Amino acid sequence: MAKIVLDFEKPIFDLEAKIDEMRKFSGNLNIEKEIVRIEEKVKKLKENLYNDLTRWQRVQLARHPERPYTLDYIYLMTENFVELHGDRYFKDDKSIVGGFAKIDNFNVMIIGHQKGRDTKSNVFRNFGMPNPEGYRKALRLMKLAEKFNKPVITMIDTPGAYPGLEAEERGQAEAIARNLFEMSKLKVPILVIIIGEGASGGALGIGVGNRVLMLENCWYSVISPESCSSILWRSWEFKEQAAEALKLTAPDLLNQKLIDRIVPEPLGGAHTDYKEAATILKKVIIEELTHLVKLKPEKLVENRLEKFSKMGEFIE
Amino acid sequence: MSWFNRSKENISPDTMKKDIPDGLWEKCEGCGEIIHNKQLEQNLWTCIKCGFHFRIGSQEYINIILDKGSFREMDKKMRSADPLDFTDTKKYTSRVQETIKKSGLYDAVRTGIGKLNNIEIGFGCMDFKFIGGSMGSVVGEKISRLIDRCYRYKYPLVIISASGGARMMEGAYSLMQMAKTSSRLARLAEAKVPYISILTDPTTGGTSASYAMLGDFIIAEPQALIGFAGPRVIKQTIGKDLPEGFQKSEFVLEHGFIDIVTPRKELKNTIFNLITLVS
Repeated sequence: MAKIVLDFEKPIFDLEAKIDEMRKFSGNLNIEKEIVRIEEKVKKLKENLYNDLTRWQRVQLARHPERPYTLDYIYLMTENFVELHGDRYFKDDKSIVGGFAKIDNFNVMIIGHQKGRDTKSNVFRNFGMPNPEGYRKALRLMKLAEKFNKPVITMIDTPGAYPGLEAEERGQAEAIARNLFEMSKLKVPILVIIIGEGASGGALGIGVGNRVLMLENCWYSVISPESCSSILWRSWEFKEQAAEALKLTAPDLLNQKLIDRIVPEPLGGAHTDYKEAATILKKVIIEELTHLVKLKPEKLVENRLEKFSKMGEFIE
Repeated sequence: MSWFNRSKENISPDTMKKDIPDGLWEKCEGCGEIIHNKQLEQNLWTCIKCGFHFRIGSQEYINIILDKGSFREMDKKMRSADPLDFTDTKKYTSRVQETIKKSGLYDAVRTGIGKLNNIEIGFGCMDFKFIGGSMGSVVGEKISRLIDRCYRYKYPLVIISASGGARMMEGAYSLMQMAKTSSRLARLAEAKVPYISILTDPTTGGTSASYAMLGDFIIAEPQALIGFAGPRVIKQTIGKDLPEGFQKSEFVLEHGFIDIVTPRKELKNTIFNLITLVS
């Protein structure tokens, strides 16, 4: 696949391409020193750019078509992954995947939204937008984890629960509500990681955890900037403003005390270096699990309840 | 000029004019019938002709469901804090201020303890006229506290929903109210306290995808819009017209997601029946 470059990244990519070119054609010319100097300059520029992204730019990175998805992380971080299918009521939803796997010394249940890479696989994965059976499959797998006393890891990356006719007929609202209800009292640790897009109830439907982490370039909110713009500004044109207003990035959510921790990504975003992104995340997961598995079931349930009870700002 | 002295029955008014003092008239959205406010109120804001259920507020439901004068309100003056300093075409704080002034309410839900045929219950009722009945931090907190009160005193819980969903102007805070309320309900369920969820027009989005759909008993008023995504969004997604009656109470009943469709007039009795049957 050709490299996809976002608008705001273009100047840097152009410079990097030039450096490559210089190197290729330098031949006997003694310009290596010059090249290194420029390279360092570009790196500085890059650091400045990525440390100072607007909220909308982060939304774009979270949606980057080359961004690693749940299965990429599973294959890079775990061993012996056995994917399990179906909700046992209706069908197998391809936009949520899950199964048992081994990460370091932990046997875990790992569940996440799954997007596709191209048109064909996106249609297959329904663009990462689950139908009710997706949430019911996720819940079935979580119950299985509870039965065998294994921690649950969920990975969130969805533009939203699918707003379709059949989804409504099969109870999209009930499926999400049921997951919130059941996850809050699951007797094993739940570790939630937002790895891309966290759009509303479709994200939260697998997002009630003891610890909620967010990769650096993600967004998580009650609505997408586009839909927010169309409702409040009555036009699709105000997505940048909507993104700013919603305060939906990882630093924002940490600030709002709605997530516990930000997981760093390689410079330029997780898509620039899958291996590095997965290595960082794996290390963090092991750290978190080491702590979580020490807690007793009652404590886990109590902590989760208390954690979400505290969320909200109001005046009395 | 005999054509002037009409005496046809079909154009005579249903009630004599002298019976109705000056006041407001309402047009029924269902059949177009013009009904006087007083008459509408007597009929619990349902059309005298076609039975159409008008949207009503928390005060009306308090009068309909609870024994007279028994409602003791909790957290009455809790207000939104605007945690995101949110501005769209208008500042969120001014939007809230204006709505408080216009509606006489402090947010989109009222909660408290009241009596239903002398049984003490926890009672929550949403108001659609407060920013579309949207659920933000205040709604989430008030509902959660109500659930906790019911947990502590074993009061049966009744919540009447009327909501377009989560409140956008509170971003992720609103979203988390879904998890917050649902987790409190999970605890209530462990204590085996009955929870009756009443769905009225409309109950969609984050509200339906949390406490509204988690009742031990789910009752809907006739013809209420109930769903996750709004019909306009679904129509856009599938690019087709939606079938007749899609997402209406009767449709949702048919698909197995609610227990009963009950006319407003029988609501109190149905709730009473269920509570006594399980206690």
